[in-house]
Amino acid sequence: MSRVKLWITYLQVAPLALVFLLFLIVPIATIVVVSFFDYNTTQIIPAFLLQNYEELLLSPVTWRTYQQTIQFAVITWALTLVIGFTVAYFVAFYVRSPTMQTVLFLICTIPFWTSNVIRMISWIPFLGRNGLANTTLMNLGLIRQPLEFLLYSDFAVVLAYVHLYTLFMVVPIFNSMMRIDRSLLEAARDAGASGWQTLWNVILPLCKPGIAIGSIFIVTIVMGDFVTVRMMSGGLSASVGLMMANAMSLLQYPAAAANAVVLLLVVLLIVAAMMRLVDIRKEL
Amino acid sequence: MARKTNSGVGRRRMLKGAAGIAGAALGSGAIPGFPMIWAQNNKNIVLRQCGTGVSAINEIAEKCKADLGITLQMTALDSDAVVQRVVTQPNSFDIGDIEYWMIKKVFPANTLQAMDVKKIKLFDKIVPIFTTGKLKPDSVVAQGTAPSTVSFVEGAGSTKFAKSPTQWFTIVPTIYNADTLGIRPDLVGRKIENWKDILDPKFKGKTSILNIPSIGIMDAAMICESAGIVKYGDKGNMTKAEIDKTIDFLIKTKKEGQFRAFWKTFDESVNLMTSGEVVIQSMWSPAVSAVRAKGVPCVYQPLKEGYRAWGGGLSLAKHLQGAQLDAAYEYINWYLSGWVGAFLNRQGYYSAVLETAKANMSADEWGFWMEGKPAQGDIKNPQGVVVEKKGAVRDGGSFYERMGSVACWNAVMDEDRYMVQKWNQFIAA
Repeated sequence: MSRVKLWITYLQVAPLALVFLLFLIVPIATIVVVSFFDYNTTQIIPAFLLQNYEELLLSPVTWRTYQQTIQFAVITWALTLVIGFTVAYFVAFYVRSPTMQTVLFLICTIPFWTSNVIRMISWIPFLGRNGLANTTLMNLGLIRQPLEFLLYSDFAVVLAYVHLYTLFMVVPIFNSMMRIDRSLLEAARDAGASGWQTLWNVILPLCKPGIAIGSIFIVTIVMGDFVTVRMMSGGLSASVGLMMANAMSLLQYPAAAANAVVLLLVVLLIVAAMMRLVDIRKEL
Repeated sequence: MARKTNSGVGRRRMLKGAAGIAGAALGSGAIPGFPMIWAQNNKNIVLRQCGTGVSAINEIAEKCKADLGITLQMTALDSDAVVQRVVTQPNSFDIGDIEYWMIKKVFPANTLQAMDVKKIKLFDKIVPIFTTGKLKPDSVVAQGTAPSTVSFVEGAGSTKFAKSPTQWFTIVPTIYNADTLGIRPDLVGRKIENWKDILDPKFKGKTSILNIPSIGIMDAAMICESAGIVKYGDKGNMTKAEIDKTIDFLIKTKKEGQFRAFWKTFDESVNLMTSGEVVIQSMWSPAVSAVRAKGVPCVYQPLKEGYRAWGGGLSLAKHLQGAQLDAAYEYINWYLSGWVGAFLNRQGYYSAVLETAKANMSADEWGFWMEGKPAQGDIKNPQGVVVEKKGAVRDGGSFYERMGSVACWNAVMDEDRYMVQKWNQFIAA
C-alpha cells in the first residue's frame, strides 16, 4: 500500500521535475560543458580546456566589467528599494479603502503594458542633447549649455533600470505589508512608539521577506542585463551580459559560456547571502 | 463518379493547353512589352538564399519568380550568423549571399563550390575590380581583403585561392560600395577633408564610430593613419603591435570624451545624426539617405585618404547539382542581366555589370548615380520615393571617382581573436 502511495507521489512530481530537467538542468549543463570547449573563427571544437576560464579570469577587462556591473546593481538596488518601499508603504498604510488600494496598485503596473525596450528607448529623445529635458531647462533659463550627462552615460543607465524595475520591488514589499497584522501597529502606538519607531522596529522587520524577494529580482535582472546598458550608455559602458553578447556575435560561444558560468556563480552567491539574512519561506 | 473524374481530367487538360498556347505566344514574341523571355521550366525549383540583410530584397525575389519561375526563399542574418551558417549548416541553403571578407573564412571550410566562368554569360563584362583587381589598367589594388584576391580558386574542387583569374570563380559580385564618414554640414562649421578631422577638439562629444569590431577597427585605422598615429603595413591585416597601438589610441580618445556614443545598428546611426547628438561619424550610404529623407542635411563626405569599401556576392552551396545547379546559374545570369543592377544602383549601391544596368536606367538616373552629374529631374529610389531633387549631385561624384579611391576593403585579420579581445577592452574602458 505504502509502495503504491510512494509511486503516486513520484508520478505527481514527475511533470514538474521533467520540465525542470528539460528546460533548466539540461541547458545549464550544456553551458557548463561548452565552456570547456575550444573554438576558432568558425567552429566550436569539443575539448576539455581551461583556456576560456584563464582568458576570462586573468583579463583585467573582466574584473573591471564585473565591478561596473555590480556597481550598477547596487545603485539600482538602493534606489528601487527606497522608492519601492515608499510607494508600497503609501498604498498599504495611507490608502484606507481596499478598492482604492487595488486601483492604485493597478496604476503602478500601467507602464508594464508596453514592452521593456520601448519604455527604455522612449528615454532617448527625452534625455538627448536637443531633447525635451534639455530644451525645457534651457528655455527656462536654468542652464546655458545642454546637460550632456543625461544621455549615453551611467546616469542614463541607472535611470532606465530604476524606471523599468521598481515595480519588482513594490509588489513583494506591498504583499508583505498587507500581511502585517494591524493590531501590531496599534500595540506599538499603545506602547508609546513614535511613527518612525513603528516603521523601523515593527514594519521594516516584518517586510524583510518582501524586501529580500524584491532584491533578488532586481539584482538578478540587472546583473544579467545587456540591452539597457548598450542602449542607454550608447555603447560607452560595458556589462557582463554585453561581454557575452559580444563574444557570441563573433561565434565565440565557449568564451561566452565560461562567462555565463562565472556570472551564474556570482549571482548565486549573492542570492545565497540574501537568503542567509532573511528567511524567505516565512513569506510563502 | 467515373464521369466526374473524367471531366476533372478534361478540365485540367484544357487549362494545360491554354497555358501552352499562352506560353507559345510569349515565347514567339507575339505579345509585345516583354523584353526578354527566360526559360519557364523552373516552376518547381526553390532556391534557398541566406545572406546579410543588405541584399535580401523582396522585390528581387518577386521579379525572379516572374521572370524565371524560380522561387527564392531569402533569409536575412547578420554577418556573423551568415559565416556560421555557411560553415556549419551547409545543407541549409543553396545560394550563399556572402561578403568578400567572409570568403577568406568560409571557402576553406569546403562547403561551397566554385563556379565555372564559362557558364556565366556576362562574365567578361563584370567590373574588373572583382577579376583582375584593377578598376582601370593603372589602378593599384587596395589593402584589406581586396575582392580579386579571393575571387578565384585554382581548380574545380579546390579551396586554394588563385593569384590571378582562373576558370573557377568563388562568388559572383552583386552589391558593393565605398564607405566614408557622414557629416552634418549645417553643424560642423568647417571643411571636412581627412579622416582625422573626426578628432578635432571642436567636435568633442559629438562624434561616433561603429561598434562592430571587424569594421570599426578599419575606420579606426583610417583615422589613426590619417592622424599619423600609426603607420600600417596592411590595415586589413594588422600585426598585434598595430592592433595595440590602434586600440590604445582609441581608449585615450574615448577617455578624453571625444565620442558621444558607439552605434551598432543602422537605425542607431540614423538617430544619432538626425537628433544632432553627433555631427560627424562612421556611416553607411543608405543611412545618409535616411537622414536626408527626414529633411536633415547630411553629406557622405569624400575624404583625401580614400574610402573603406565592401562588397558581396552569390556563391553556390557544395550540395547543388543537376536541375538545381542549372537553376542557380540561371539565377546568377539573370541577376547580372540588368534589372537587378538598375534596382541596386538606384539605391546608391553599385552593381557588377554596368552595361546591362545602364540599359535599365534612364539617362538622368545613370548620370546622377554613376557619372556624378547633376540630376535633371527628381531622382527616385526603387520604391518610387523622391530621394534627390533636380540639380543635386551625388556625394563623392562618379563611380570611377568613388570606387577609384578605395584605400581599404573590409577584411578579416589573421589576428582576429586578439583584435576582438582588444576591442572589448576598448568598449569596457
